[in-house]
Amino acid sequence: MQRIGVFVCWCGSNIAGTVDVVAVSEALKNEPGVVFSTNYQYMCSQAGQNIIIDAIKEHNLTGIVVCSCSPRMHEATFRKTAAAAGLNPYMVEIANIREQCSWVHKEMPIGTEKAIILGKAAIAKVNLNAPLVPGESPVTKRALVIGGGIAGIQTALDIAEAGYEVDIVEKKPTIGGKMAQIDKTFPTLDCAACILTPKMVDVAQNEKIKIYSYSEVTEVNGFVGNYTVKINKKARYVKEDVCTGCGLCTEKCPMKKVPNEFNLGMDNRRAIYIPFAQAVPKVATIDANYCTMLKTGKCGVCSKVCTAGAIDYTQKDEVIEQKYGAIVVATGFNPISMDKFDEFAYNQSKDVITSLEFERLTNAAGPTAGKLLRPSDGKHPHTIVFVQCVGSRCSSCAEKGKEYCSKICCMYTAKHAMLTRDKYPDTDVYVFYIDVRTPGKAFDEFYRRAVEEYGVHYIKGMVGKVSPEGDKLMVRASDLLANKQLNIEADLVVLAAAIEPDKSARPLATMLTASMDTNDFFTEAHPKLRPVESPTAGVFLSGTCQGPKDIPETVSQASAAAAKVIGLLSKDKLTGNPCVAQSDELMCNGCSSCERVCPYGAISYVDKEFRMPNRTTVVRRVASVNEAVCQGCGCCTVACPSGAMDLKGFANKQIMAEVDAICK
Amino acid sequence: MQKVTREVLLEKAKALLADGTVNRVLGWKKGEFTYDVTPAVFTTVEELDKDFVYGEFCGANFSKYLVKEAKKDGKVLVFLKPCDTYSFNQLLTEHRFDKEKVYAVGIPCDGMVDIDKIKETVSESVLGATRDGDNIVVETLYDGKKTVSREGVLAERCLNCKSKKHVYYDELIGDDGEVLDSNRFDEVEKLEKMSADERYAFWKNELSRCIRCNACRDICPACTCEKCVFGNPNSGVENKAISDSFEEKMFHIIRAFHVAGRCTDCGECSRVCPQHIPLHLLNRKFIKDINSFYGDYQAGEEIGSRAPLVNYTKEDLEPSEAVNKGDE
Repeated sequence: MQRIGVFVCWCGSNIAGTVDVVAVSEALKNEPGVVFSTNYQYMCSQAGQNIIIDAIKEHNLTGIVVCSCSPRMHEATFRKTAAAAGLNPYMVEIANIREQCSWVHKEMPIGTEKAIILGKAAIAKVNLNAPLVPGESPVTKRALVIGGGIAGIQTALDIAEAGYEVDIVEKKPTIGGKMAQIDKTFPTLDCAACILTPKMVDVAQNEKIKIYSYSEVTEVNGFVGNYTVKINKKARYVKEDVCTGCGLCTEKCPMKKVPNEFNLGMDNRRAIYIPFAQAVPKVATIDANYCTMLKTGKCGVCSKVCTAGAIDYTQKDEVIEQKYGAIVVATGFNPISMDKFDEFAYNQSKDVITSLEFERLTNAAGPTAGKLLRPSDGKHPHTIVFVQCVGSRCSSCAEKGKEYCSKICCMYTAKHAMLTRDKYPDTDVYVFYIDVRTPGKAFDEFYRRAVEEYGVHYIKGMVGKVSPEGDKLMVRASDLLANKQLNIEADLVVLAAAIEPDKSARPLATMLTASMDTNDFFTEAHPKLRPVESPTAGVFLSGTCQGPKDIPETVSQASAAAAKVIGLLSKDKLTGNPCVAQSDELMCNGCSSCERVCPYGAISYVDKEFRMPNRTTVVRRVASVNEAVCQGCGCCTVACPSGAMDLKGFANKQIMAEVDAICK
Repeated sequence: MQKVTREVLLEKAKALLADGTVNRVLGWKKGEFTYDVTPAVFTTVEELDKDFVYGEFCGANFSKYLVKEAKKDGKVLVFLKPCDTYSFNQLLTEHRFDKEKVYAVGIPCDGMVDIDKIKETVSESVLGATRDGDNIVVETLYDGKKTVSREGVLAERCLNCKSKKHVYYDELIGDDGEVLDSNRFDEVEKLEKMSADERYAFWKNELSRCIRCNACRDICPACTCEKCVFGNPNSGVENKAISDSFEEKMFHIIRAFHVAGRCTDCGECSRVCPQHIPLHLLNRKFIKDINSFYGDYQAGEEIGSRAPLVNYTKEDLEPSEAVNKGDE
């Protein structure tokens, strides 16, 4: 029989306001196994914890029930308290009489009655608790960062700074991500390349960092501290360690008509290419879809001009297997496709462009060498209309766009408008907006400068239709504040397209068993208190894969994720969760149901010899749980037809006892 | 189609015993009456000659017996009708026996007769029944010889046969058939159309007759736990006194849940029920729901197939959708 102590917390007036805490502690005194029951204003305080420690020692308690807030809040606290008094921490149960009781009830009698019932359930469970000892597992001191944009770069640099090995896997031929395509950055207007490319060089030069460019993660196995990851290094047909990045091949390649994705298809590149001048690694890549040599076996110009002898047309994809202790997801974003937004005539006119295309048009390394020219005729546009929230905040047209706010568009549109007016004062600039959202350091000042100093016409209202007429674009819009319809004859229309997570995120989430929201953004372990960790232990989130973010926020989160990774890698051993599945081998019939539902691959089967009556033995196939891999989700316990699978600390019997106690 | 007779099967069994392929034969053994045929293991030619039978009443599904039989030394010969092979595969999927210890001979089947239907429609004093084309000639003690239409006395599961195709065999006697379009869900649909009260009354009427003999569980090829939850002292439900006659619904509902996604609809539960409870309807409701929720799935069709309930696909419906469908 257990000797149970009950500790009812007032939580100031949070609980005591609607629960008669004295009555609760009195009522629970008479429950089976309870030898001590008390109440106190703040159980989590030092004084409250001392009450628990003293009671455990004085009354030789074998288990305790704390009636307080949610176990998510203070279960760990009270487990430590119990351990300090020499009690196994898993002999502690929390009855949540705050979030699930006092906060949801208004009347004292009802709240009190429910608190007593919840207390009884916890006591019934503790009566069946058994001390649990967590296992330990080693930690591989190497981190994997998936995605080589600014988020991945910052995370990798910070982890390497702490002295740990980091690998970056980037699917494109170079790291740099979206930031490399951006011209200037708000709110300071410094050039993106000037602040990004030194970091890219740092990555390349850091001995602790290895870049797998043109590579993708194809398989992830294992668990926190012990991941085994397969990386498919795509054939780039150029020997990375031999290529000097001189770029001669990219000038001589006769295949000139390849749309240049770095400039969003607004100009062309060759079949062998280096995405941009500051690319890291500065290594050429052959685009197999366009290379004549690879397609027909005739050409070989690049091979002839390469003095280093780096071209290798026979290169094959290579699968690399590597062990990691932690994985950081930094898969980033893309602007959404404009195909569904016919009203803005994106597919009908070259002069309707997205904001990212506008970045390239104003960038010195872009298709127009930084001169703002219309893509259709190369003329200078005199009237530019910016349309905000294209596909963002679409509650009514959710099948077309996204319900969320893409967060960065207000600021970059203000930046575009301001820069245009600054460089080309003869240009009329209109911005159509639903709201202008500028929370952020120096953001609102920036936006006001655009309006007040640069004379950008901000019009509250949405553009209804853009129609190409001759070489002009007729923009029909409403001005909601003036309550009138506007017709603007524009030369260029710039759409602030919503952003969405990169398409590679969803399959990656499946590989990592990391959860996502309905928009395919990775979810955090806690939206406020654990924003850079995924609920899956050992998987961390960096940058826009978790939600729309600007660069400063991305970099902060990247460093935060790095800090979490460093915290993990600095440990030699990880303490596991002892609440894991265990199979009763005498009951298990080896049917494999549990193995099929296990999301972590923690269950395998062994043939085991069992003693039978009359000195006979029988060999049976039974389930065996890898306790280091098991996360204690409990899927197997419900799938098991025999009831052989059970969860330590949450045994079926314990749960039934709780239900019985509630229903009594 | 080669006509499957006792002689054909006997010859096959003897040959396989003689050449050492198997050392035992799982077959039907004659009983007191012509219709109380029992599954049995034969080890010698003499035993086979004496007691082995095959006829209109040999409906028993041998698959489950293999769980025990395959643990013994040597190979065992088993005769499997098409529907039995689904159970056979399902057991293999669940690793319940080693198929190397079994020699499976597939035999075609065009239905087995339900003795209760004969007793109801012809006479209580049945002595024997032989097939005569589409009819059954019934010999009785008090009512003489009577001829009835075979279809009228076929077992329910045979009238709604889902497949004449063997999904597993080492050797096949005769030709294989096809998977059929059966009307097996018609009865379930009738139940679904009832109001909740009517349905409750229907099941109360049926299930309150249950005497908890456990025959359905013991015969069920999906019920192969080492220790049944109803006999497990740790389950907390063992040996509790019933408080009303309809409490047996819990046994059957829990059993239906346990076999959900694994039941091949072999119909053995209803065949062996001494109280004539149409237990197969419960299982069929589950099969029908699984089909409509997750797409058609036939347990046992393929060895190693992942039943929808222990699998996940993006197309799976959300739990809330299932709940709403339940309300309809």
